[in-house]
Amino acid sequence: METIITGKAYVLGDNIDTDQIIPAQYLSFNPSLPEERKFFGMYANSGVPENQAGLPQGKTPFVRPNEFKSDYTIVIGGKNFGCGSSREHAPLALAEAGIKAVIAEFYARIFFRNSINGGYLLPLESTQRLVEKIRTGDELEIDLKAGKVTNKTQKQTYQLQPVGDVLPIIEAGGVFDYAKKAGMLK
Amino acid sequence: MPGMTMTEKILAKHAGRSHVDPGENIWVDVDVLMTHDVCGPGTIGIFYEKFGKNAKVWDPMKVVVIPDHYIFTADEKCHRNVQILRDFVREQGLKYYYDPEFVKNEPGMPNPYKDPTKTNYKGVCHKALPEEGHVRPGEIMLGTDSHTCTAGAFGMFASGVGNTDAAFTLGTGKTWLKVPPTMKFMFHGQIPPYLTAKDLILAVIGEIGVDGATYRSMYFAGDGVSSLTLEDRMTLTNMAIEAGGKNGVCDVDEKTLKYVRARSNVPTWDVVKDDAGAKYIYEHEWDLATMEPMVAKPHSPDNKDTARNCSDVKVDRAYIGSCTGGKITDMIMAASILKGNKVKVRTFVVPGSTEVHADMKKLNLRGVEKGPNEKSIEDILVDAGCLVGPSGCAACLGGPADTFGRLQSTETCISTTNRNFPGRMGSKSAAVYLASPLTVAASALTGHVTDPREFVSEPIETGMAGVM
Ligand code: SF4
Repeated sequence: METIITGKAYVLGDNIDTDQIIPAQYLSFNPSLPEERKFFGMYANSGVPENQAGLPQGKTPFVRPNEFKSDYTIVIGGKNFGCGSSREHAPLALAEAGIKAVIAEFYARIFFRNSINGGYLLPLESTQRLVEKIRTGDELEIDLKAGKVTNKTQKQTYQLQPVGDVLPIIEAGGVFDYAKKAGMLK
Repeated sequence: MPGMTMTEKILAKHAGRSHVDPGENIWVDVDVLMTHDVCGPGTIGIFYEKFGKNAKVWDPMKVVVIPDHYIFTADEKCHRNVQILRDFVREQGLKYYYDPEFVKNEPGMPNPYKDPTKTNYKGVCHKALPEEGHVRPGEIMLGTDSHTCTAGAFGMFASGVGNTDAAFTLGTGKTWLKVPPTMKFMFHGQIPPYLTAKDLILAVIGEIGVDGATYRSMYFAGDGVSSLTLEDRMTLTNMAIEAGGKNGVCDVDEKTLKYVRARSNVPTWDVVKDDAGAKYIYEHEWDLATMEPMVAKPHSPDNKDTARNCSDVKVDRAYIGSCTGGKITDMIMAASILKGNKVKVRTFVVPGSTEVHADMKKLNLRGVEKGPNEKSIEDILVDAGCLVGPSGCAACLGGPADTFGRLQSTETCISTTNRNFPGRMGSKSAAVYLASPLTVAASALTGHVTDPREFVSEPIETGMAGVM
């Protein structure tokens, strides 16, 4: 498991639902086929209304037209990130675009579970609201061991919540590897 | 030992334990796993990748595959995805598969089924699951769809999961769960004719917010819930996820047992009740007599208001359908308002299942088989100017651009569905008001959001519709 994650922040608001993260019209791509899976990166966050895409200024595309990867590595969200449908395509789309971690105040249950069980990205929780503090494009460094995120652009450091009892699954890289380690799977 | 809630007791039993506490992580045995055409292909891919290309599912009688989301579209990938399900069902020897035989992998829009009584295709999974006997009190069901919680209306633990979780269960029959604490929502009195369960659940979500039940179980109790039809109870548990709930449950009573006895494909089940000393993390009570018809305004299911307060909102179209508001009792409620009138705005009707569609052709407004000169529910809706499409998820989740009823621009729609996030029903610039079938039908007649009390004065009888 990487313990230091660095990269640019992309900032979103509250209640970012899975229809915004990956709109339903793209769900006909099959994530099990590599040549189709990459399209989830292209359309990641494409359902976010324009004025809320990349706060505070908005109107900042998450992925540039006709590209499969985003310039951003870390998504910042507010409350209830990933609410709505159970589609695993949501954390998968963010991961395909190059996102390594999301930092939100808290998550909808299924998104959190999918992120960890599928080993797509780290769903981290902040101890305070960061949506108005971090700006899209700021350079961040997450130090997992220290439980901190540093905004290198604004020279500020914020505390993260401890990962808690799902840490063994994260460390194993997902539920399959965790179950193997625990002797449940051959 | 302290008392347990229904959810805690079901989880404890499936973990082989006599007691569990909220917050514990446990491994449980799963009774039924459901997947559909949107999440099935990804789940199947992970299953073979992780368990090997010759892997077998843990129990072919416990896996249910229901294509429902993208059926009536010319999108070739959607047809291909149905084919992936078919191949899997054949390879694994699965018994419970409901095939849209009219998707032949030919280019273009498939023909809808000719006769809803003569097709294996079912329509929306959450409606099809109980109809086809996969839902029983006391069991655990997982599904690759967030509205899997609907089945909790029958006193079972049912919850939505992602592809990886589903693939894990396919291979092992197990999953890990964190035991959720339970919130109790009590409804007193009898349901009045102008209210449906949709008004109740919109009031609940408006009260606690779209994250109010995150990591929690929602228990709907009281004589108010007993007074609801089973189908209406399904509306309550269906929308538990709109408050972030892990599951929703209702008590089991004679109505439940009658349904399950008639349909279950397993002969025995366990009726589980909350212990007298069960602990709740939250309790709230409502008196049905003082509640009003509700709407959720754009763009969130917790943006609550009364229908009456929104009477100045003009609507461009109405939509009656989905696992929330496309059941036969929803159709009867809408039809009783639309009967003999003409809709003012384009009104789309999508039966939740082919059984609902068959009943719409067979039953009259009182929910009993119609006489030779009597109008069917479908006749009444068509006479009122509604467009009736084939059963499926349709525009509830937008879907491919050619989807029936999909919102394509800056329209305002009033809908019996469950989500009104930006873009949920298609265009990001559309606005969706969620409401009961009564409120949607009333609004379709006037062209603005309308309190159904203007049209309903007497109780609407639905007979045994949707049960037998
Ligand atoms: S009808 Fe709508 S909410 Fe229900 S399963 Fe289909 S897409 Fe999901």
